[in-house]
Amino acid sequence: MLPVQAPGVYAGGANVIAVLILLVEFGMFRQALLRDQVRLYASQSALIAVLAVLVGAVRHLPELYVLAAATVALKVVAIPLVLRRLLRETGPAGAPAAGADIAGSGGLGLASTVLIAIVVAAFGFFAAGALPISRSAAPVTALSVSLSVVLVAFVLMIQRQDVASQAIGLFSLENGISLAALVVAASLPLILEVALLFDLLLAVVVFGLLIRMHIGRAESLSTADLTSLRG
Amino acid sequence: MDVVAVVLLIVPAAAAITTFWLPARAAGAVTATAGIASFALAIALIPAVSRRDLALLGFVRIDALSVVFLLATGFVYACAAVYSIGYLQSAGAQGAAGQRYARRFWAGLNLFAWSMLAAPAMGNLALLWIAIEVTTIVSALLVALEGTDGAAEAAWKYVLLASAGLAIALLGTIFAYYAGAHVLGPSYNLAFGPLLRVAGHLPPTAARLAFVLAVLGFGTKVGLFPVHTWLPDAHSEAPTPVSALLSGSLLAVSFYAILRYYQITAAALGPRFPRDVLLVFGVASLLLAALYLLDQQDYKRLLAYSSVEHMGILAIGVSFGAPVALAGVLLHVLAHAAAKGNAFMGAGVLVRKFGSKRVSSVTGGLDLLPWSGPLFLAAVLALSAMPPFGIFRSEFEIVTGGLAASRNAAAAVLVVLVTVAFLGMSLAANRMLLTPRRDPAPARGEPSVWMVVPVAAGVVVLLVLGLHPPGELTGLLDRAVAALREPA
Repeated sequence: MLPVQAPGVYAGGANVIAVLILLVEFGMFRQALLRDQVRLYASQSALIAVLAVLVGAVRHLPELYVLAAATVALKVVAIPLVLRRLLRETGPAGAPAAGADIAGSGGLGLASTVLIAIVVAAFGFFAAGALPISRSAAPVTALSVSLSVVLVAFVLMIQRQDVASQAIGLFSLENGISLAALVVAASLPLILEVALLFDLLLAVVVFGLLIRMHIGRAESLSTADLTSLRG
Repeated sequence: MDVVAVVLLIVPAAAAITTFWLPARAAGAVTATAGIASFALAIALIPAVSRRDLALLGFVRIDALSVVFLLATGFVYACAAVYSIGYLQSAGAQGAAGQRYARRFWAGLNLFAWSMLAAPAMGNLALLWIAIEVTTIVSALLVALEGTDGAAEAAWKYVLLASAGLAIALLGTIFAYYAGAHVLGPSYNLAFGPLLRVAGHLPPTAARLAFVLAVLGFGTKVGLFPVHTWLPDAHSEAPTPVSALLSGSLLAVSFYAILRYYQITAAALGPRFPRDVLLVFGVASLLLAALYLLDQQDYKRLLAYSSVEHMGILAIGVSFGAPVALAGVLLHVLAHAAAKGNAFMGAGVLVRKFGSKRVSSVTGGLDLLPWSGPLFLAAVLALSAMPPFGIFRSEFEIVTGGLAASRNAAAAVLVVLVTVAFLGMSLAANRMLLTPRRDPAPARGEPSVWMVVPVAAGVVVLLVLGLHPPGELTGLLDRAVAALREPA
């Protein structure tokens, strides 16, 4: 039997950050206010930036510092700002939408949803663990966690029936992919990474516009009425 | 010849910027010019890629396969641009609201066409992904443009589902990078050419994962079952010229991305695995679409499901793998672009005339629309693979290829399901066009001559593709097939 080896400081640190990202994703299930949902997204993005700095420092990839800075500028500052601005003016019945209550939009109860999310996360974790992925920048455990984040984000998007949570679920799904990219594609050229980030910003603006349009017509964030097109 | 490629990428972008500032009438003229110029430039690329693949600026790479998709997009862009002039005129929207609508419409249409022309020209898998993501963002705004409840709902479903799908495709792109960096070293930048050259040495698990994720992710935009659900909504609620571009070009451009991953995977793992994956998705899409076509009450949704059908045919055709089937697939891309563009533009005339998208609200179409009626009928027959139109030739080649590759069962399923789809399409067309008109009927005549000319051009193209494709075109298709079959 092989002796169990304690992970080094680097691997341990990276794995802890990855797990924190997953925990923030779970935290999104119980957020009742849109404002807090956006705040959770910002903190999750900040964790991605911290991980980028850590990988950059240990693996001597200085461009990851730039990536971390761009992540902070766009995902921690700009995107939450854009989301709040777009939602502030058009709250239902004049109330500020950023404080809108989205707790009741879940299709399932909180406990059952979290149970499903745990099962899905475990599936993602072990499925990725079965992949023979080696020679990567960050520890492979982080890759398994990233797939869990992606799958749990899907659960969030499916379970929540309001436009804002669905959008934020999608953006956090993108965070999960950023995490996977830090593990297996850390040396991806910076120019491409930055292009991807600006593309995300563009998507956020369009999502915001469509959310505003939805609120303007439905006078709520709920997607329960989006059932007229079928067949 | 490199100049042609650069100009092709600049023209629609310049048109998008200028049309945003111009008055509606001038914007229409600029867009139509840009559309026709783009198609002409795409044709001008045919002789250039016959000698060598074009590579310029470090990130543009155009080979015969790219040009096939540039031709399809350029043609639908030109037709939709001319058609839009009549479409906006006959809408009769006046005042500030009408002007705001027109400005957004023209700028959005050009930007959408630009992103679709950029995608097949990208020589880098990350940039290809970004271009396709931009098509989603721009077209979602165009789908929402009408401002109705249905448009808002369709746009939201579209942007959410397509973005989630593309997120999966991004994951696939990252695994493609991992596979490439494994062989080419960490400075690898996802360029397509080098990846294809070393495809034989890629780690198989990562290559397999990248392919499946790419098919599922880009397949969302292609409209493959089970990730097609946004497609009928977006196609039916978008303004008609946008529907034509969505169906004729966007689905094909997304399929182009899958073809690129197919090329790499076939070189890395052998053709067996990617073909089986595409066969499953193709047959499932075709089956679903054929059943939905049988009893469809909304004729724009009918055409949307017909798009799912044809994308399924493309996937099945690639899964056959025989050269004649692949040539059929590429011809099918071109013929489907012309036929589906035509069908949507004809449907747009019916919507203007009868004020409804319900099949049951339209009667006596042939009688009331002396030009658009017969042209729409021709488009429906072309989509049902009737001779002498191009889709007959392409589907014939695909089935021949299937028999040649001893995929007899799949070829038989293809023929049966296409026949079922034909039944559904022709029943609906029969009810709309060949019935006597029901009073009170709208006055006889066409809403606008601009809405007839591009459809007539489409029929001409369909006849040329079906009866006697020009030698340059068949040469282009042969080179593209060669590129698909063996790594460069």
